Amino acid sequence: MSEVKKKQRLSTLTIDGGKYLTTFSDKYKNKKPYEENNPNLVRSFLPGTIVEIMIKAGDKVEEGEVLVILEAMKMRNEIVAPHDGKVKKVFVSLGQMVPKDLVMVEVD
Amino acid sequence: MRDALKGGGDKAIEKQKAIGKLTARERIITLLDAKSFYEYDLFVEHAAKDFDMNKKYLPGDGVITGTGLLSGHPVCIYAQDFTVAGGSLGWMHAKKITKIMDHALKLKVPIIGINDSGGARIQEGVNSLAGYGEIFFRNTLASGVIPQISVILGPCAGGAVYSPALTDFVFVVDKISKMFITGPEVIKTVLGEEISMEALGGARIHCETTGNAHFYAESEQECFSQIKSLVSFIPWNNLGKAKTYPKKSPKTRHYKIDNIMPSDPKQPYDVRNVIKAISDDSSFLEVMELFAANIVIGFGRMNGNTVGFVANQPMVLAGVLDIDSSDKAARFIRYCDAFNIPLVTLVDLPGYLPGIDQEHAGVIRHGAKVLYAYSEATVPKITLIMRKAYGGGYIAMCSHHLRADFVFAWPTAEIAVMGPEGAANIIFRKEILSAEDPEKLRKQKVQEYKDKFANPYVAAAYGYVDAVIEPAETRKLIIHALEISNEKSVNLPAKKHGVPPF
Repeated sequence: MSEVKKKQRLSTLTIDGGKYLTTFSDKYKNKKPYEENNPNLVRSFLPGTIVEIMIKAGDKVEEGEVLVILEAMKMRNEIVAPHDGKVKKVFVSLGQMVPKDLVMVEVD
Repeated sequence: MRDALKGGGDKAIEKQKAIGKLTARERIITLLDAKSFYEYDLFVEHAAKDFDMNKKYLPGDGVITGTGLLSGHPVCIYAQDFTVAGGSLGWMHAKKITKIMDHALKLKVPIIGINDSGGARIQEGVNSLAGYGEIFFRNTLASGVIPQISVILGPCAGGAVYSPALTDFVFVVDKISKMFITGPEVIKTVLGEEISMEALGGARIHCETTGNAHFYAESEQECFSQIKSLVSFIPWNNLGKAKTYPKKSPKTRHYKIDNIMPSDPKQPYDVRNVIKAISDDSSFLEVMELFAANIVIGFGRMNGNTVGFVANQPMVLAGVLDIDSSDKAARFIRYCDAFNIPLVTLVDLPGYLPGIDQEHAGVIRHGAKVLYAYSEATVPKITLIMRKAYGGGYIAMCSHHLRADFVFAWPTAEIAVMGPEGAANIIFRKEILSAEDPEKLRKQKVQEYKDKFANPYVAAAYGYVDAVIEPAETRKLIIHALEISNEKSVNLPAKKHGVPPF
């Protein structure tokens, strides 16, 4: 069984101004940095496949208008515009498999 | 008879062995004391009528049940037999399991379940779901009454995983154990994501990442000796106490308590060495060693009697409390409380782990579990503050306010709202900002705060620390505290049950 090794390289963890020498767990090292939510970026809420694209860059869209269809969990999920605006860029192509949280469309 | 004992037959057995697995019957016989196992319901036959199942003979319906002795301890045990219809769970298979579980609960002895099953027997439809439900229900009733041990020695997928999840301790073996709700194939078809079984729900993942398993072994043999070791520390049921062993002194030549903690408060050390410096024979059975290593939990003995140790680990993440370590500690505290095992808490933490991820994932409700578990625990609770005990961390780590019976502190203890740097920055903020040389004044103020508060005597003056002790006295005092707490009894307010922040 793995013992905490004596000669591990130590890192510094700062808490309330105090600096402590310690080691970081893998989970801590691999945690994702926080990103502020940008309402213009339309992301995939599940991994899936793009089966239809209704818009192209430059199109004017209204809030609730369907932008793409993302097939995931055997369902055709309508991905809609978050607000009125213009499509700035489409990041996905027809038939593309997308992971979760991928930016698919940007609406200005 | 001979047919039934052979399970799925030579071919299936060969397949089982080829991947390093023992057969179900071999597992029981290897784990239990020699010649102590008695099997029941060997001639039970399956109840499936459809899909031509009525023409099939499934020996023992794919599960072996019985009673035996484990290091002299009476236990009830079952082992699913993967060589018979993939160990799939049908109605009679489940009935055999629930029957032996009912026995265990009635006879008040531990139940050990060896899981090796492809899942529900689809041919039996809703009856196999009913079978699982009946098992989960009994797992819940037995929780806190008899020790429940799950050993995952093969696949354990879908609904089946919830039986181990409801039990006290889950043992897994590298390359053999696999646990998941939805397997790699479903994930691939539905989500298009590819992952191997091992990476999705192998032994290591459940020990390091998910926290679903408590003990990791490289082989089935190692796994069995871990189970024996665990059983030696715990009582048969919640009415009794763990067995007393002959007293043994710690190996003080190896673990010198005066030398373990560095004098510089910012330097880390391995708190397990402190545990080994005070426990009988310096032996310590660590639980969930690979998960949330910033807190250490496990069993040892002091003066021959089992204690549960909970200790901050300065070596990992400075020993902070965070979501995972709170979950880990809280469940262990509740286990010890349910089974009359006194708690010894060793404190050295700078507080809670700061971070957006922690806050958003609910460190508030997870952290609350530790407060709940300690407050509710009525077993003897002894706390030793070795170094830092700051802020909420001080309260949570079994302070007097949560009804520790004894709180001892080493002279190096610092009990304060926060560390000197943070405190000085807040209290003297204006002065520091308007000073000619802010850095110099900051250092001076930090030193002043340190001199005044970075010690155990302020807390001792209020009676929050019962005694300031030298490290060398630690074992003697904890043993004394445990001895005089032996008959401790506390009546909590009458209630159906509390509403813990699960």
